[in-house]
Amino acid sequence: MAIVDRRGRGDMRPWAFVAPALLWTIAFFCVPFAVMAVVSLWERVGTELVASWSFANYAKFFARGHFLQAMLNSLEVTLIVTVLSILLAYPLAWILAEKVPPRWQRIGLVCAILPFWTSYVVRSYAWVLVLANNGVVNQALQGVGLVDEPLSLANSRTATIIGFVHFFVMLLTLTIYANLVQLPKNYRRAAADLGAGSVATFVHIILPLTLPGIMVGAFLTFVLCIGDYITPQILGGNSELVMPQLIMLQIGRRADFPTASALAILLMVVVTLVYVACARWLKLERA
Amino acid sequence: MTTIMGKSLLAVAASAGALMAAAPAMAQQELNALVWCDHTDPGLIRPFEEAHDVRVNLKEYEGTGTALSLIEQSRPGDWDVLVVDGIDVPRVVEAGILGELPAEAVPETIFPEVALEEQQVIDGKRYAVTEKFGYNTVSFNKAEVDASTMQDMTKLWEDESLKGRIAVYDYYLPVMGMVAMGLGKNTAELTADDLPEIRDTLFKLKDNAALVGEVVASQTALATGEVDVLVGGGEWVTAGLSQDNPDLDWILPEQGGVMWSQSIGIFADSERQDLAVEFVKYILSPKGQAKLATSSCYWAMPANEAAGEHLSDQQKQALRWDDQEEYLKNVQLYPAPDAELDAQMQDVWAEFLQH
Repeated sequence: MAIVDRRGRGDMRPWAFVAPALLWTIAFFCVPFAVMAVVSLWERVGTELVASWSFANYAKFFARGHFLQAMLNSLEVTLIVTVLSILLAYPLAWILAEKVPPRWQRIGLVCAILPFWTSYVVRSYAWVLVLANNGVVNQALQGVGLVDEPLSLANSRTATIIGFVHFFVMLLTLTIYANLVQLPKNYRRAAADLGAGSVATFVHIILPLTLPGIMVGAFLTFVLCIGDYITPQILGGNSELVMPQLIMLQIGRRADFPTASALAILLMVVVTLVYVACARWLKLERA
Repeated sequence: MTTIMGKSLLAVAASAGALMAAAPAMAQQELNALVWCDHTDPGLIRPFEEAHDVRVNLKEYEGTGTALSLIEQSRPGDWDVLVVDGIDVPRVVEAGILGELPAEAVPETIFPEVALEEQQVIDGKRYAVTEKFGYNTVSFNKAEVDASTMQDMTKLWEDESLKGRIAVYDYYLPVMGMVAMGLGKNTAELTADDLPEIRDTLFKLKDNAALVGEVVASQTALATGEVDVLVGGGEWVTAGLSQDNPDLDWILPEQGGVMWSQSIGIFADSERQDLAVEFVKYILSPKGQAKLATSSCYWAMPANEAAGEHLSDQQKQALRWDDQEEYLKNVQLYPAPDAELDAQMQDVWAEFLQH
């Protein structure tokens, strides 16, 4: 990898530049990951970790219906959140980029990221109060006579999804907005000159060109959502389990790190597969 | 330049002086305790700190698994005092975590029903003492639910009128113990053969439940009226809330309830053994016990009967002090499964959560 100069000597300067990032990645990702992979092959016996070197913890995942169900729940919730967040974030980013005067755009962006300024846990608990039987939503619905009895919104998958979407819409808005403002205005003018209406311009020009922004935001949403423990734990009311909750269950009382490690690695495999699929799809789109 | 530097030095010196002036408030020694949240009440800890000129560093945890992880990640000698679930004392003793407690640390006035010597005295050596106890039973809002309905535990999973009005405390041992008692089983004799019936009943309970939550979530749900009944609750949930909402009550159903307890001990490798023993003695003293019983995190019965002298009538009433004799006749201990059964029970609990 070393660059060879004319006299055949290796130039170590490129290594020196990448060394900090490389060391950081090795120390805080590669080594912990390797430790986790090793521990996933061990076993918890009583109060001790025994190096039994087997795939029993992985087999356990595929043998138990409720373990598989947790993965399925995680995927379902994450997909719904990602799709809903894109559908809500795109128009918001569009309005910010196209309809808001440039001098107001910054204020618009600050407003968009305001929810990030509050604690994630506090925000989740706030949603509990908003969605509770006697919360703001139910009081409003009952107040205008839309429902007689309060709707069961809190402590459910719906509540978890609402909490997630509230957070991730902002993230996606930023990535899509960044993409939209980079599009040259000439593209739209050229499309109009060639007789394309606004819908055709959006479908054939704007949308394909903003796909990278959508995909980057969607992938970030997917990764953060599928690995999140706080929101489903606070808002879901244990109406069902998702993978991070299942992992915490293994650690909470028995300190069963081997099973927890195996489950975490399986979750990472799913995230990696999604990343590969996204990258491949984007590559195909560009080709 | 010299003047600016001189002013800066003066400011540093003044800050150092202020810090030194504050030094008496900063204790000479430190004691590290791994505890449940009730021990973090300053009203409980400060008198000990002042009396011994010590700073007590408290690390709060939930679940013995978490405590074991923290201990595994620490260096020997880092911790001095451990508060642990009463049923887990043999487990931590087996792991070599707790050291022997001197006889003088144990008051003679501990309620005999909660002394739990079988768990705490191993091979003739005492490793822990019960410091607080209570019941995992049924808390409810008596303005919304009739007390007579709550007398029968089976109503929790059979009464359709309670659908969507129940919260379940997210801890498998007490709730599975309660369900076992509701099915007429003895918590001390549970085996793997009992689990299918318990699981089916838990599933029925989940069908009636609005949520399954940890301490804060389930307590909040009951306090805000989100639910009317909390399965696994007890005086530790309602005693602290009863001043604000007298309708919040708890009951031992006719099938009884599960008794929980927490124990205190000192680490075998503590480098401040004498101070740690003093801390244990303080917590078990009548005054310390009264403060612990009414700690800001949760209230529950003190293990030392002598604490009664330091509790007000209102506090005793909230703790149901006078009814304890009757209650203790109708309770069973948490199930104490071996490692294999424990893993099976946790699997059933995960299925229950997933149901």
